[in-house]
Amino acid sequence: MLNSVKGMMLTLASTFQGLKKPVTREYPKTPTPVQPRFMGFPALTWDSDVGEPFCTGCMVCIRNCPTQCMSASMMDNPLQQEGQSHRRKIVDYFEINLNRCILCGICVELCNFDAIVMSHEHEMSTYERNGDRVALPALLEIGQKYQRETKWIPPTVLAKAKKDAEDAAKAAKAAEAEPAGAAQEAD
Amino acid sequence: MADIQTNLATNSPVNAEPVEMLLNMGPQHPSTHGVFRMVLWVDGEKIVDVEPHIGYLHRGSEKLCEGEQYHQVITLFDRLDYVANFNNELVYCQAVEKLMGLEVPERAEYVRVILCELNRIASHLLYVGTIGLDAGAMTPTMFAFRGRERIQSVFEAVSGARMMHNYFRIGGVKEDLPDNFEQLIAELLPPLREDVEESDRILTFNEIFLTRLKDVGTIGPEEAIDFGFTGPCLRGCGIEYDVRKAHPYSIYDRFDFDIPVGLDGDCWDRHWVRVQEMYESLKIIEQALEQMPGGEVVSSLGRRLIRPPAGEVYMRAENPRGEIGVHLISNGTDRPYRLKVRPPSFCNLSAIRRLLTNSWIADSVVILGSLDIVLGEVDR
Ligand code: SF4
Ligand code: SF4
Repeated sequence: MLNSVKGMMLTLASTFQGLKKPVTREYPKTPTPVQPRFMGFPALTWDSDVGEPFCTGCMVCIRNCPTQCMSASMMDNPLQQEGQSHRRKIVDYFEINLNRCILCGICVELCNFDAIVMSHEHEMSTYERNGDRVALPALLEIGQKYQRETKWIPPTVLAKAKKDAEDAAKAAKAAEAEPAGAAQEAD
Repeated sequence: MADIQTNLATNSPVNAEPVEMLLNMGPQHPSTHGVFRMVLWVDGEKIVDVEPHIGYLHRGSEKLCEGEQYHQVITLFDRLDYVANFNNELVYCQAVEKLMGLEVPERAEYVRVILCELNRIASHLLYVGTIGLDAGAMTPTMFAFRGRERIQSVFEAVSGARMMHNYFRIGGVKEDLPDNFEQLIAELLPPLREDVEESDRILTFNEIFLTRLKDVGTIGPEEAIDFGFTGPCLRGCGIEYDVRKAHPYSIYDRFDFDIPVGLDGDCWDRHWVRVQEMYESLKIIEQALEQMPGGEVVSSLGRRLIRPPAGEVYMRAENPRGEIGVHLISNGTDRPYRLKVRPPSFCNLSAIRRLLTNSWIADSVVILGSLDIVLGEVDR
């Protein structure tokens, strides 16, 4: 009996606390903010320096996708022939069947060209069976939205900057150690 | 069975012939914890016989593993026991690492242990919520889910997904913890401890709950071993067996924690063991956070194609539900030749007939709930 009363008190206390500071959200009205690393549907990124997608259509992601939900083809890059781009090949056609995608992020991990990202898009229900087969323009649109919202910097650029900084720090350290060594030698 | 029939016949006021009724429970039944179907033969309120039907959620995971490359199999393991994803990923990654003789960086081991123990708490919290529902209490569910939600937002910050993380890699983890992880976990642990304590206080010694669970679904230690019980179900019978202590894997031998054991092997003991385990997990997390070194989280293997040598390994680990085992056979290609999973829920569930026969219909839900099965793992 006593324990039941105690339990009741606990419930009441929580109720009052909950009224003061609710834990739940009324979902469609107030969407829950996602974390920076959140993995939504995959999307393709846009290289705005050149004005073309990062994707070269190399098919690495497609071969490694556990659900085989993507397809792509590549073509010769017209912008490269004009000398504006360093990409010899460029994506021609790309499609992801987002209904089949399991949001695993393997494609993003394996892409060598920073071309694909896990966007923060996660509300994409449609009424048609194949309504979420998303082709290149739509994928780029989602990707660009993601790039804008998160101020995306290509991971390889980030990694390179980090490595450069480390190298610089190492060089500085070596330079610091050297005069000391030289001084010792002079002794 | 004959006993009950004579009993019922003599006790029934109208002295009618006992009639057995066939009752289908599930697959779409809210308290079968997934899609589990039982056919109950009942005589009045007494269960005479049970026939469990599994396979409604069968996805052929083991067969699918044979067609996927080693790094893709992790996504399938996420979906076995979908309440304890990190623990599943861990056992598979360790199996492949054992086969390849791969060293995992220190920091990665700590990251894995912290996440696995958090996942254990999340899983047990879900259990506390559902057993409350099974016994007729709505409130603990809300409390438990609140705690689980906190853990899941940390998971989202770390791995990018709330449930199917795909975060552990063969030879480490995908990427280092986020920069604000220390702050996140410092904000998580105190309220989480409160949540665990709260769900303990509101449920464990509640009179109604005790009456519903004590001396219900009792199973003795010898019988439990015969059925292949592991995890909290076995420890509820008073046997101190935990893979983390008995055959330490990863870095579990570095932590100081106890194994809670029950006395009678009934539903309440199984419940109590799980609640105590949450406190132990919190202890492990605190120790791991203290000891965690810096450094790399990915092994030297990097992103190269994983091609273990031909051979066989068996790796086991302690999941929230019991001992999970992975028997991996490799023929030297980039895909497993055969991958057999020993799921704890399946073995624990095998005792359902023994536990339910001669019990009341109303208790069947509680007994099933106290075994804490996850159908994704039972059917695979
Ligand atoms: S997204 Fe990356 S891996 Fe996939 S086809 Fe494009 S460039 Fe290749
Ligand atoms: S996230 Fe996974 S399932 Fe989805 S497209 Fe990428 S590799 Fe395929």
